[in-house]
Amino acid sequence: MTDGMKMKRVFPILGLLTAVLLSYALYEALVAAPTEQTMGNVQRIFYYHVPSAWTAFLLFFINFVCSIQYLVRSNPVADKVTNWTVIAIGIAACVAAFVIRPLPEGMEPSSVATTGLAIVGLYFLIKKFFSPERTDALAVVSAEVGVVFCTVVLVTGPLWARPVWGIWWTWDVRLTSTLVLWLIYISYLMLRRFSTSGQTPVLAAALAIFGALDVPLVYFSIWIFRTQHPQPVIGGGGSIDPRMLRVLLINWLAFLCFAALVCWSRYRLEILQRDVEETQALEALLEPRSSR
Amino acid sequence: MNFLYAAYAATWIIHITYLGILVRRYQRLNKEIEELRKR
Repeated sequence: MTDGMKMKRVFPILGLLTAVLLSYALYEALVAAPTEQTMGNVQRIFYYHVPSAWTAFLLFFINFVCSIQYLVRSNPVADKVTNWTVIAIGIAACVAAFVIRPLPEGMEPSSVATTGLAIVGLYFLIKKFFSPERTDALAVVSAEVGVVFCTVVLVTGPLWARPVWGIWWTWDVRLTSTLVLWLIYISYLMLRRFSTSGQTPVLAAALAIFGALDVPLVYFSIWIFRTQHPQPVIGGGGSIDPRMLRVLLINWLAFLCFAALVCWSRYRLEILQRDVEETQALEALLEPRSSR
Repeated sequence: MNFLYAAYAATWIIHITYLGILVRRYQRLNKEIEELRKR
């Protein structure tokens, strides 16, 4: 049995498990989670809003890693330098987490060390399992699915803000930087969709690297600037009821599984589409000869 | 409560719409593959 056939058999099972997990997460969010005292039931939007934001950030980070790899792997020297830079970032994050006191606001030693190790792990995992051409395909996929999740964040946010703040939107740093992030990745997808140049993947990769720089700005904006957006509930001195935290993490896990399945389908579609385009291009090249 | 349900419904409308777009793309691509096979 080929890998593709195995995947075809596994996919419905994983789909079913994800559907069950999403249903359970929905039940937990709407029924089992305790009601927040000041906001009431509308606070439950948080169980969809926050996991969607985290998933979008993760997908944009994957897009960032893939874009870097696509650019550097054609040059052996740049590739080696990047490998060692990533390892250095991982070591620096682990050392900084336990040496620097106090850490900047919004950072906790465990989260800094975990993020450092996750960067190294993800970078080398993608490198091991994806060729440079495939990293480009993965970059498109992660950006597209990331935009979908970021759209959810931008829609659910105002639906929470209206009853709680009395307004749908305010040009606050967290909200504005999230909108800018969404616009950057929309422009990335438009570039990929409409540009016919052979340099499109390189240009898109460069745009994605700059776009990803907005992610830390969005994340840390609530610590760096005075914003109307609620302060963090976990990490950086935030506090949350353990039952609410449990529901939040269940929902995030469910959305992660869902995002993984969607990315998998979209990735297969992307590879298939590239194969078809390649065949059509070859056919177009051969056509004049056959017609002679 | 209306805002809560609106937010949850909007989330799934966005995801289902995107899944629908993916299905349409798959169908279009399958047609192209069939055409290539016929030639």
